[in-house]
Amino acid sequence: MSINLELPKKLNATIDQAHQAAAEIFRPISRKYDLREHDYPVELDTLASLYDGLSEAGQAGAGADGGRSQKKSDKPRAEGAVVNGGNMQSVINTMETSWGDVGLMLTIPYQGLGNAAIAAVATDDQLKSFGKVWAAMAITEPSFGSDSAAVSTTATPDGDDYVLNGEKIFVTAGSRATHIVVWASVDKSLGRAAIKSFVVPREHPGVEVVRLEHKLGIRVSDTAVIRFENCRIPKDNLLGSPEVDTKKGFGGVMQTFDNTRPMVAGMAVGVARAALEELRRILEEAGIEIDYDRPAADQHAAAAEFIRMESDFEAAYLHTMRAAWMADNSEPNSLEASMSKAKAGRTGTDITNKVVELTGTLGYSERLLVEKWARDSKILDIFEGTQQIQNLIIARRVLNKSSAELK
Amino acid sequence: MTSHTETRHSDPRDTSAVGKNPHPRNFIGTAMRVLTTVTGSEFADKYKIREPLNRIAYQGTKTGFQTLGAANRAFKAAQGGSGQAKRLTTSPKGFFNLNPDDEQQMIAETVREFSTEILRPAAYDADNAAEAPADLVKRSAELGITMINVPEDFDGAATERGVVTNALVAEAMAYGDMGLALPLLAPSGVATTLTNFGTDEQQRTYLPDFAGEDVPQSAVVIAEPKPLFDAFDLGTKATRVPSGYRLNGVKSFVPAAGSSELFIIGAQLDGRPALFIVESDTKGLIVEADPGMGVRAAGMGRLLLQDVAVPASALLGGAEGDAAFAAYRDVVRLSRLGWSALASGTAKAVLDYVIPYVNEREAFGEPISNRQAVAFMVANIATEVDSIRLVTLRGAARAEQGLSFAREAALARKLTIDKGLQIGLDGIQLLGGHGFTKEHPVERWYRDLRGAGIGEGVVVL
Repeated sequence: MSINLELPKKLNATIDQAHQAAAEIFRPISRKYDLREHDYPVELDTLASLYDGLSEAGQAGAGADGGRSQKKSDKPRAEGAVVNGGNMQSVINTMETSWGDVGLMLTIPYQGLGNAAIAAVATDDQLKSFGKVWAAMAITEPSFGSDSAAVSTTATPDGDDYVLNGEKIFVTAGSRATHIVVWASVDKSLGRAAIKSFVVPREHPGVEVVRLEHKLGIRVSDTAVIRFENCRIPKDNLLGSPEVDTKKGFGGVMQTFDNTRPMVAGMAVGVARAALEELRRILEEAGIEIDYDRPAADQHAAAAEFIRMESDFEAAYLHTMRAAWMADNSEPNSLEASMSKAKAGRTGTDITNKVVELTGTLGYSERLLVEKWARDSKILDIFEGTQQIQNLIIARRVLNKSSAELK
Repeated sequence: MTSHTETRHSDPRDTSAVGKNPHPRNFIGTAMRVLTTVTGSEFADKYKIREPLNRIAYQGTKTGFQTLGAANRAFKAAQGGSGQAKRLTTSPKGFFNLNPDDEQQMIAETVREFSTEILRPAAYDADNAAEAPADLVKRSAELGITMINVPEDFDGAATERGVVTNALVAEAMAYGDMGLALPLLAPSGVATTLTNFGTDEQQRTYLPDFAGEDVPQSAVVIAEPKPLFDAFDLGTKATRVPSGYRLNGVKSFVPAAGSSELFIIGAQLDGRPALFIVESDTKGLIVEADPGMGVRAAGMGRLLLQDVAVPASALLGGAEGDAAFAAYRDVVRLSRLGWSALASGTAKAVLDYVIPYVNEREAFGEPISNRQAVAFMVANIATEVDSIRLVTLRGAARAEQGLSFAREAALARKLTIDKGLQIGLDGIQLLGGHGFTKEHPVERWYRDLRGAGIGEGVVVL
């Protein structure tokens, strides 16, 4: 089949469903919870119930478990057949709901980033036992951010259990999720290969939510500091293989990112689209026409800016779809996942902030959502790997360099 | 599609622009809005009805979305009756897919081989001489890149529109050299334009030659030498005379202008642009050399049109008014995608050239690529090359399927202007002073990339 960059019709149901929730549930309460940081958005319980109903009807918008690698799917594919599957569906769903409100998107019950991690790394048995959890992701610690190999939280084997000790910060949905996926080292002397992920129930002896952060944006999403003190969990709660393979190294836990980075890119694309749509509405009301046929340089400066921003938006969108499409088709996509995250991350902050500039005190005011999107978008260029980390990954891949050579 | 001579007068509805395609609320959305309002209210808290309400949501959607699915199907069937849906069913729609099919793959690989082995070694001298070697045009005819746009009825090889294939060809050509690619691709643009918009008579007159070994040098000419040039407001005018039309004005950016035998020229008729077929030996047509900053190997020239008289049958498509304008409009958009495809090829050449250079070049005792300041520039080039490419391909695929593509053409062009230029500049920067010399092709690629955001016409996909 030939090159085609339009989405298949079968994804229309996903788009429609996610958009209805974004427009009718998220948008009306978007400002409310921006102003009431740390309040639980009870309206989302309605949405969680909706999702349950949908997945039982076989029409769920993929959600976080859509990130599961297609390699594990049992259906053999015909030679040359193209898959538009779970990863694309997840990304589309993410774009639409983030268009509504990215903070709310991050706090949809049972759709946590930890769920994506479980989907990516868990064995089939584990997937069954952890199937119905709301899982947050706990990687970062007070002493490190981007350098994920510096994990100092320990998981000490003891009989049939592991005993966890350490402190995690920036745990998205950490106070609301039912479970937390924790990165911890089973043996610090073996370096990064010993870092494994563990599923820990939040209501569990030795698990304490210390505090919630006050933030620039995505204020409706709770960001927790969680302390583990002699937290004892069964050995089965280790995700993936317990073997420490020093040759394979970090691969196991890092492969999560190939699935989650296009999702975060999708969030940035969704927020950027919200801002661009609002700008088009405001410009058209002001009598400024955007003409795709006339050169941008011949048009009103604001129209020219719109076209420039829309070109970056379109590139970010297609980068994101490509990364998800590759994952769906079992093609290695680390490079493309990082490209999508880098491009969408910087495009998101550029567009939302330019829209504030162009709309002036109107957009800067809390009466519209424009200034909120600008604040919300900043985190999307930071979490799941900053702009700089993405560029490092892209550069190492393109230049064929090790992390020792290109630091 | 091979005998397709009619043009679509009205634009297909824009189905992709951000902010132009509001998503309507459906009954589920309405229910969501009501439930959200109630669930979030203090009323629900007070009377402890939040839980029961959530259970209603659960049960409601279990069946609600199935009904929606069935309604969608019924809606689809009803759409078949309206004029627009009929058009949609004729356009092939499938899965999102970035892999070229076997034929596209083969053509692109063959052209890329030709462009790296034949064009690139010839590029330095051609750039200096500001013209393409004569034998190159002959050799490229053997590739068949023009005849793939000529319908089988005229001994060509086209069975369907190949906008994506043409984009891949342009990209692969420019990977070798953009300047040399232009005169080789220009006849293909003329063939495409005649195939899509020419009358039966025009096709029978000109197209058979484009399927043969001796393809006439020719070009679709849009650009004019003036600041803030707008392709939809031309300075070149066509006026009606008893025998047909008379053309007056100055056109620019005409590749191999001196050796061209045929032009399709944009001129303003009754306040709107249209296209006219003009043979190069028509009285009053003067060709002037006009070498520029880059794409010099193309042998760019100007056409001075002084009372150039053409018959009424020279109007492309044969009919004045909306049809003529629609053809012109699509040709301009397709050519903007063409220039973006060229930029994508040249930008990729820059990327592939700087990678070994920064890996081998040492400073302060190690390869300069070990430093983030250098490595991040390369990362950015790699990302933005793909940005140009992806948006160009989406536009080409939409055009091929009969969907609106003005937006994608504009966005691909904007990326070509902004990112294409930056890639050229960064390519030189990474080579330092050496990049500024003609020891390396990068300075030439930068000059070519500067031109790709300016060019109009010629590369009609």
